[in-house]
Amino acid sequence: MDNKLKVATATLAGCFGCHMSFLDIDERFFELVKHVEFDRTPLTDIKVLGECDLGLIEGGLCNSENVEVLRQFRRQCRILVSVGACAINGGLPAQRNPIPLSVILDEIYLGEAGIAHGLIPNDPELPLPLDKVHPLHEVVKIDYFLPGCPPSADAIWTFLTELLAGREPVLGTELLHYD
Amino acid sequence: MTETFRLDGTDVPFEAGETILQAALKAGRFIPHLCHHPEFRPHGSCKLCTVKVDGRQAASCTRLATSGMKVESETEELNAERLALTQMLFVEGNHFCPSCEKSGDCQLQATAYHLGMTNAHYDHFFPNRPLDASHPDFLLDFNRCILCSLCVRASRDIDNKNVFGLAGRGMASHLIVNSKSGKLVDTDFSVSDKAAHVCPVGVILRKRQGFFIPIGSRTFDKKTIKEYVDTRLGEED
Repeated sequence: MDNKLKVATATLAGCFGCHMSFLDIDERFFELVKHVEFDRTPLTDIKVLGECDLGLIEGGLCNSENVEVLRQFRRQCRILVSVGACAINGGLPAQRNPIPLSVILDEIYLGEAGIAHGLIPNDPELPLPLDKVHPLHEVVKIDYFLPGCPPSADAIWTFLTELLAGREPVLGTELLHYD
Repeated sequence: MTETFRLDGTDVPFEAGETILQAALKAGRFIPHLCHHPEFRPHGSCKLCTVKVDGRQAASCTRLATSGMKVESETEELNAERLALTQMLFVEGNHFCPSCEKSGDCQLQATAYHLGMTNAHYDHFFPNRPLDASHPDFLLDFNRCILCSLCVRASRDIDNKNVFGLAGRGMASHLIVNSKSGKLVDTDFSVSDKAAHVCPVGVILRKRQGFFIPIGSRTFDKKTIKEYVDTRLGEED
């Protein structure tokens, strides 16, 4: 089938739970792939992002690489969706936000015995951690938000089918959950 | 003769001295609210119950009903403002529902569901508000306080203990514990206090009760905030 919509997904500062919940749509995946073609996503292992119709991002922003990937998704995806609690409000990783980053690094790498020989990792290949963990909408424009920790497979399915049908996706009360 | 006012085009009866919100709830008409509680004097701080009375905005929890007034509530404009206020409450504190014991029983969350909130829109403040775990039976997580003052009112007006207070002004407003140390353990706060059971969010939490009721089986997993308000009013009789 021609004119399949191109879909890319990514996990930033998240736990992959939203992707697992996406996989929980189970056999509905067969229906989905009649209408969409996957671009960059952990599901295909394609590493390079092409021009896409839809980008689904799980996880918030905890380091410089997250920001780079998010900005690239924004540039190349027509519609960009924050999927799950971490993408929407920082979620679990953002619970470090009240503690200064230097205190956290000292505690983990200098205070605790046995890890990294008492050095804070400083390899140029490592992305720098951000001062605070941020939700996606604080950095780029987000078109839709799909809350939940994770959003249920039914919520993801409803969202995608509504969007594919060309309608504004609205989650009913039974599908709208933050936990 | 019963007097009435018009709420979104239909008549609502009221008795002298009743507020718009009291009369509306009694008539089974829901107006979103957080700091209002049927058992306490109104506080008028959350502004979620804002309606238009004869074209001008007013908090329906503090405004007395008068005969023939025209009240608008379920309009796109007012619900958009309620959503914005709710989003501001979410970014002002640290509201991480998945790790909150009150998730599913939280009126802020249920109100956000009611208003169709999918995100907090504004930039998060991520404030630093340390917990008070000093009390043997209760934990205070100030991160989730929305300054509704229900615990303040309950402790002062019903328990006659005055355990809680709101201190500071404007952006610096915050909930405090009225003891010399500022710790809950140094008050006579106890499980039988009304104040121990009125927090609409996850600030005042009973210790050793975590996840007795699993997420998915809690109050607002089964009913909406509108239905909850109806039940609560019914239980009073």
